[in-house]
Parts: sequence; C-alpha cells; structure tokens
Amino acid sequence: MATSSAHPTLPPVKPASGRRRVALLGMPNTGKSTFFNRLTGAQAKVGNWPGITIDLLTARLILGDEVVEFVDLPGIYDLHGYSDDEKVVRRFLTTQPVDLVVIILNSVQIEQQLPLALQLQQLGLNRLLLLNMQDEADKLGIRVDIDKLSSALQCPVSQMAAKKGLGVDQAGRLIAQRAAVGNRLPTNADFEQLQPITLEAVQAIIGTSVDIPSVASHRLTERLDRVLLHPVLGLPLFLLILYLMFEAVYLLGSPVQDGLDQLQSGFKDNYLVPALAHTPEWVSGFLLGGLWDGVMTVATFVPIIVIFFWFIAIIEDTGYFSRVAYLMDNFMARLGLDGRSFVMVMMGFGCNVPALMGTRVMRSRGARLLSMLIIPFSLCSARLQVFVFLIALLFTKQHAGAVLFSLYVMGVLAAMLTALIFKGQYRNNEPFVLELPPYRLPTLRMLLLRAWHEVRHFLKRASTFIVLGVVAVWLMTHLPWGVAVAGDQSLAGLVGNVLQPIFAPLGIDAKLTIALIFGFIAKEIVIGSLAVIYGLGDGAANSAIGNQLAHSIDWVQAYSFMLFTLIYTPCLSTLATMKSESKSARFVWVSVIWSVSLAWLVSFIFYQTARALGY
Amino acid sequence: MLSLARLRSGQTAQITQLRSDPDLSRRLEALGLKVGQLVRVIRRAPLSGPIQVRVGTTDIILRRRDADAIHLQLPDHLATAIA
Repeated sequence: MATSSAHPTLPPVKPASGRRRVALLGMPNTGKSTFFNRLTGAQAKVGNWPGITIDLLTARLILGDEVVEFVDLPGIYDLHGYSDDEKVVRRFLTTQPVDLVVIILNSVQIEQQLPLALQLQQLGLNRLLLLNMQDEADKLGIRVDIDKLSSALQCPVSQMAAKKGLGVDQAGRLIAQRAAVGNRLPTNADFEQLQPITLEAVQAIIGTSVDIPSVASHRLTERLDRVLLHPVLGLPLFLLILYLMFEAVYLLGSPVQDGLDQLQSGFKDNYLVPALAHTPEWVSGFLLGGLWDGVMTVATFVPIIVIFFWFIAIIEDTGYFSRVAYLMDNFMARLGLDGRSFVMVMMGFGCNVPALMGTRVMRSRGARLLSMLIIPFSLCSARLQVFVFLIALLFTKQHAGAVLFSLYVMGVLAAMLTALIFKGQYRNNEPFVLELPPYRLPTLRMLLLRAWHEVRHFLKRASTFIVLGVVAVWLMTHLPWGVAVAGDQSLAGLVGNVLQPIFAPLGIDAKLTIALIFGFIAKEIVIGSLAVIYGLGDGAANSAIGNQLAHSIDWVQAYSFMLFTLIYTPCLSTLATMKSESKSARFVWVSVIWSVSLAWLVSFIFYQTARALGY
Repeated sequence: MLSLARLRSGQTAQITQLRSDPDLSRRLEALGLKVGQLVRVIRRAPLSGPIQVRVGTTDIILRRRDADAIHLQLPDHLATAIA
C-alpha cells in the first residue's frame, strides 16, 4: 500500500478506464514503420526514404491482457529541429499522455543515432529501446552488449530484425510489461533546455557497450553503387530501369486485364442481362450500360495498378530513391529544387497525394511550394489506367510501351518547365543533406501488404467517386429522355458543344469533352465515362466499345486527349491535399489555372503540328 | 582552410568545425557529421554535383555548397597515430 506523503505531490494518475498508449519514435530509415506493421498488421506505408511516415498512424492491439494503442511518430533526427515533423513530435510528447515511448534505432548506425535516445532520457519519460536491423549489424560484425547498454541508458534494451520478424514477439512482450507501469503523462520538459549531447558522452557509452569493427563496409551496396551511381552511366541506367519497368507493367498487366474483362463481360451477358430481361429498358440500360460497364471497366485495371505499385515499392524499399536524388540533384538545382523533389515526382507516379504530403520533409516554404506545384504533373496510376485503355485501342502492341513512356517523359517535362517558370516566385535556399541507406531487399510480406492496400484504395474510390461520376455521365448522355444517346440533343451533347470552340482546336470532340469534365473529379471516371459514352448500354463487350471509340477518333486525337488528361488538374483529392498542405487557396488556384492552361497549350501545339505534318 | 567540399574521393580527414547555421549544424550532427569525427569522401558527382561521404557506418549525400561549411584537418599526424 502506498503511504501518504508529507510533501504535496501530484496525485497519482489512476489507470483510467481505457487503453495504454505507446509511441514509436526514431530516425528515418530505422524500420520503425516496418516494426509497426509487423506488430499491428496495420496498413502503414513503409518506405526506404527519409520522412515517409507522414500522418500519425495509430493501431490498437491486445498485449498481455490490455488494449494498447500504438502511435507511429514521424521519423526525426533530433528533438530540437525545426522541420514540421520534429515540431509534430514535440507537440505530441508535450500534449499527449503516453505510457511508454519506444525508441527504435538502427543497430548499424548506433553511434549516430544514440544521441536521440540520450535526448529522450533527459525528458524522463518511461522508455524502451529497440535495436533494429540486428541481422545487418551481425553481417558487419557490430556487437552490442545489451546489459551494459541498458544500464548506461537506464532503460530496457532489446534487439530485433523487424523486416524478418526476428525478435518482434519479444519486443511486444517487453512493451506490454513496460507500458503496464507507465504513468500516462505528457512530458512537461522544455525542449529548449535539453542539454546538448556531446560526442564524448556518446563515445563513452559506445566504447563500453558496443563493438564496431574498424572497417565496416557493405560490400554489395558498394559494388552496386559503383555501377548505379557511375558518373556517366548512372543517369542512363536510371532511365533504362524506368523504361523497363513501364514495359514490364504493360506486358504483365495486360493479359490479366484482358482475362478479367472477359470474366466480367461473360458474367454480364450470362447472368445479369437475363436477370434484368423483364425490367423496363431504362432500368437495365442504367444498371448495365451505366453502372456495370462504367465501374467494371475501371475495375479491370486494378491488376495493372497492383503490378505497377509492386515495382514502385521495390524501387522505394531497396533504397534506390535516395540514389535517384543523388543523380538528379545537380539538374534539379538548376530548376530551383533539389534531388528530393525529383523523388517526390517519382513517388507521384503512384499517387500524387502522398507525394504532396511527402514534401513536409522540406523546411524552406519556397522549396515546398515549388515541389507541390510540379508534383501534379507526374503521371499517377489513375491516369495510367486511362492511357493503357486508350493506347490499347489506338496503337499497335509494338508501339504501346514507347507511347506510354513518352507520356511519362511529357509529364516530367511539364514539371521541369513549370519549375523553371515559377522558380523566381518560390525561392529555395534549403540545404541538401540526405542519408544514403544501404540497399535492402523488399520482403514478400511488404509486397502483399502493398497490393492489398491498393485494392482497398480502389474499392473505396469505386464506391464513392467512380460510381457517382459514372452515374452522372450516364444521366447526362441519356437525358432529356428519348434523345439520341450522347447525341447533340442530350445534356452531354449540349455542354460538349458549348465548349467545342475551346476543345475543337485540340481535336477533342464533344463526347470526349464530357469525359474530361468529369475527369476533374478523378481520372478513373474518364475510363468509366468513355465506357458509358461509347458502350451505350446494348450489352456489348468492351471490345465493341473499343471498336466504336477507335472508329470515331484517330491516334492524333487520342494522343492530344491523353496529353490534356496528363497535364490538367489530376483530381479533387490532389487539390484538397494541396490546400491543406499549403494552407493557401491562392496557391491552389495558381496550380489549377496554370495546369489547365498548360494542358490546353501543349495539346494545341501537338494536335495542330501533327495535322500540319499530314498525320 | 580545407573544407569537405574540396576533399578528394577516397581521402579521409577529421572534422574541426561546422560553420553552417544552427539548424543545419544540428542536422549534420544528427547524421554523425560532428567535430572530431573522421569523414571520408566516397564519390563526387560530375559537374559540381553532390558528394557522397561516409562517417562511421553512415553514408550521406550533400551538396558542395553545404559541404563547404564543414571544415577539416588532414590526418598526417592522425595517419601516423593510427598506423
């Protein structure tokens, strides 16, 4: 029993009803998110790129006999720093009650990372230290005396290799034990008053408890870097890797997509059409020609997107992104940016939204805004679907890969041009200092998680944006009732014709204009719209839609349409993210107006030139 | 004064001073670039591009402009001390 104290002290905090809370903290690239995923099975994004853990991911887990809430804090180098992420962590630790802070360090870099653990020691929070990447440390001959380190840091220490799942269970048990004795208090420390951690203090601890061989080298990483970072070959190799990746996505994804397409149209013809045979024509027309054709056409692209994200995940998780930052920095500096901005553009190949949020690692507002202005030009996976769809219809198989690659190049060129034009407005004096992690092999588990994440993402969008967009397009092409479907008298025809003076010089007809308008919401709707507009609800398989589309436009028009789709505003989610990240409505308007104007100009120049040349 | 920006590939030297602004200095220190540490240049990108350096077991890339703030002394006496 506790006895009453003579001193007036703070009342003990009762373990109130509810959960224990555990915060994970560490530097970027320590495998913090990997551990979080391993432990909780949650869908946190894992990346081998500093600062990729952006939003505060939380997950609940039963440990021992209690529910524990885990919070994955952003990766930081220092508790003092001024980046957004560092501020977030300070704010979190001073405002949120926490039972336990789990500090995760990379064993290989223990000497550089120990100061962060020592800073936390000064805060007096209940702590636990996990040394990750034990496997890599073993290979380098780095040995840690856990007992000595634990007594020097006055907290329990445990080793693990989170990516391989080694030591994760033990870490979980330790967390449960330590969290149970937590006091659930935020720290009241003044971060400005923290003592600087001296090199001597670190070396005193390292000297007694860690054995680091003097020549520690990652031989494989060095050998790979000699080729991949070669002064002359580095950049061409990077472009080759990208090109092969797009070819592979196309080669692997297309057959799967065709198979899915046959499955869905077979299901429609054999089951849905007979089932709806007795309903009024407009009901079956709406359900089959509108909803089913629209959503299913988009759904058949999911395998391509999953394969695409696998490649991006492999590039990201291996650590090649940091190499790309090295290779591209010199060039990007001339555009007023740095190597990281180029990596953000590449991350945008997946989805522009996380890429925009990734700019938080930049401290200079100018650099951030300029990066956010160019990211929307990178050809995201939603636009990829539109292009794969159209390219398959209007180009031969031999040309398909090159056409797709040319669109990626156009997107990057649009981004570069934008940076050149706007770099005076958004000045950047940010230093460029980045850790170069050793190459790591991505694990199967991570790839499966990523695939599931993409499928879930699609289902979410399909059940909201895509259905709404497709239904709206169907209504616009069929109303007023009785007019020729998608004809001049339909709502779609009327709107499209009003805008013809703007779009006709680009070779974009009234029907395609409608697809572009709805594509402003989300690019998947463009395909759904094309399926609805050209499918016309007669129970035709997609090949028939394709024939119809292929007959009504030629490749020059299609390419012009694709250029416009590529360059104008990607989707509403991107705009919403831009607004919340920049906190400036004016900036969002600049981005929208600039990208729509540029899209028009590029399509115009392409279309008119191609026609003038006789194509 | 020798700065990290001017150290040749393969050369090692000891950091004597960080002359960058406090924010950058903290970041450099957090990555291991501290006074007293030995730093080695692994490679230099062409056309005045960034350089790759190694301190301890950590590899870092940084621009020459930023590396210029890291002052060094050549290890002639260090070399004899180690040997």
